Amino acid sequence: MVEMVSRPYASAFESYATANPDVLCLSADLTSSCEIDGFRDRHPDQFISLGMAEQNMMSFAGGLGLAGYRPFLHSFGVFLYRRPYDQLIASVAYPRRKVRLMGFLPGITTPGGMTHQSIEDVAVMRSIPNMTILETGDATEVESICEAADSIDGPVYCRVLRGSIPRLFDTPIKVGQMRELALGEDILVITSGIATEEALRARSALEKSGVSIRHLHINTIKPFGEEALLDHIGSVSKGVVVLENHVTEGGIGSLVAEIMADNGVGKKLVRLGLRDTFAHGGSRAYLMGHYGLDAAALVAGIEKLLGSKTGITEEQLTSTRIDAVHSAVKAEAL
Amino acid sequence: MQNSKTTEAVAAGIRKRVFEHAMRNNGGYLSQACSAAEQLAFLYNEALTLGDPTLPAIPKPFGGVPSATNPEYHTGAGYNGPFEPQFDRLFIAPAHYALVAYATLIEVGRMDAKGLEMFNQDGSSVEMIGAEHSPGMEVHNGTLGIGFSTGAGLAFGRKRRGETGDVCVFMSDGEVQEGQTWEAVQAAAHHQIDNLWALMDVNDQQCDGAMDSVMEVGDIAAKFRNFGAVCVEIDAHDLDALREAKQTPHEGKPLIILARSSPTQGMEFLRRRFPRLHYVRFKSQEERAEMNISIAAELGIDPVDLTDGGH
Ligand SMILES: Cc1ncc(C[n+]2csc(CCOP(=O)(O)OP(=O)(O)O)c2C)c(N)n1
Ligand SMILES: [Mg+2]
Repeated sequence: MVEMVSRPYASAFESYATANPDVLCLSADLTSSCEIDGFRDRHPDQFISLGMAEQNMMSFAGGLGLAGYRPFLHSFGVFLYRRPYDQLIASVAYPRRKVRLMGFLPGITTPGGMTHQSIEDVAVMRSIPNMTILETGDATEVESICEAADSIDGPVYCRVLRGSIPRLFDTPIKVGQMRELALGEDILVITSGIATEEALRARSALEKSGVSIRHLHINTIKPFGEEALLDHIGSVSKGVVVLENHVTEGGIGSLVAEIMADNGVGKKLVRLGLRDTFAHGGSRAYLMGHYGLDAAALVAGIEKLLGSKTGITEEQLTSTRIDAVHSAVKAEAL
Repeated sequence: MQNSKTTEAVAAGIRKRVFEHAMRNNGGYLSQACSAAEQLAFLYNEALTLGDPTLPAIPKPFGGVPSATNPEYHTGAGYNGPFEPQFDRLFIAPAHYALVAYATLIEVGRMDAKGLEMFNQDGSSVEMIGAEHSPGMEVHNGTLGIGFSTGAGLAFGRKRRGETGDVCVFMSDGEVQEGQTWEAVQAAAHHQIDNLWALMDVNDQQCDGAMDSVMEVGDIAAKFRNFGAVCVEIDAHDLDALREAKQTPHEGKPLIILARSSPTQGMEFLRRRFPRLHYVRFKSQEERAEMNISIAAELGIDPVDLTDGGH
């Protein structure tokens, strides 16, 4: 059984921030939803409530950066780039302020529908000069995200998981270093965030069906070192499949495609994610199935690449965790 | 449509339905029913001129998002009647009030009670955060602070076309923290958009709790007037005051009614949760049972049957 960790961000942020007095905690009326309510109550001096006003929060953070502080902005991922995009560019990205954007509920991990689902954030952030992008895929990565983000000399956007999260790894995020989870020789599977757990669900069924998988987990999306990736692509015979909790345009699939094209790698690539569509509200498991982001979709992607069926059935994929939308571990207000 | 219930009865029905729903589903946007029941009842039962619904009483499943390859796509606005020049249009700007809005649609006979059973179910159009395909919704407002701008644009356009219907935006007070709200009022005043009015649920609450503890907004009535709107403040639970406020002349200006509400009106038991009322969830089964009995008594109804077979 996978160990489930409850609200790892809450304690990780608290211990990191209290040890670093120049870290300030900014919130835009989603304090408990971003697991910083305990921090607010225990460390009011280091907590700045900015209300539901994200544009102001972004430029305000730029100003705090000028004063030598390293503000950690907390909100749902969407509200950290869609509305305050201009402020993000002018007040944060251009002048390279050390502003840490903690974007919760990435992609379809929220039931809140289109307005709450950050499905194109990676594409947007990748296109912004000076921006660093990190993404968490398990409890250990959430526990180490504050230190990793704060090591960046410039702005950084993080996709942060919340609530009850599986522990998949036992070492913290090392910025710029991908995790090698399997070293097979047929197909290279590249995942990040919650997609990694999906790939792990499919692993034993794939092994049994005789497909040899090489699996990489990405936590640093930008900047991205090509060398290691190219080596891995060179080590598989059939091709590459990317699965991400994001639209297929502009995310990790695109990143891999660019690297392959730039280097003249003549191998097949299957990009899985939301296919040029907005999503809607629903449970995470349902949305992952509906939009083809789950283990079954990965198996189908692999079959497409192989040009043959693996014979793997839905039942063979290790059981999914079902998080009730209203479960107790979930913070208030979505 | 013919009003078959009094507005008081509609408001009571809204609280009851939202309460029952929250009891069965381990919590929900309950406090919004307390603060806004009279307001939504007033809008649908009296204030708005709407035609008969054009969509089925039992909502259709989610039909996909807008795209060139989805020609059948439509919004949920049909529950408010057809788009005809003489009819009013309504936006629910704080989309998390959707549960309260759906309960209202049922109470005024625009949606079947089964619609609420579809709330937040996978594959349903009756979404938790009202989407534009959800019953009674015409645009996505889950990103707060955009509703009044869209309302102003629609009102401007309708006026330009000579349509006689008004545009009404139901707003929440959290929205005044967003700069866009002020840009919208400024534009509506500048362009003398007076076929536009807003009813704002001023419950002094937001996600983090009491607004004064999160971000003070000060005298918003004075601010709205300074931005060029006609603004009146009333007791949100006084229907006569709502009726009178709606009659306020506002020639050449948008009208904004600040309905000062209590986030626990009709369910004083929730006071125990103050100031954390944005989303009420039970901390234990004992608390759920206690709440069930106490609030049902306040509402004058039987407690909700929470046994497995009960519905
Ligand atoms: C732009 C934006 N920022 C943040 C949120 C998250 N959010 C949803 S409701 C809400 C509180 C807003 O206050 P109000 O609507 O008055 O809430 P209530 O009275 O129902 O508690 C917040 C911050 C959002 N939906 N949109
Ligand atoms: Mg409010």
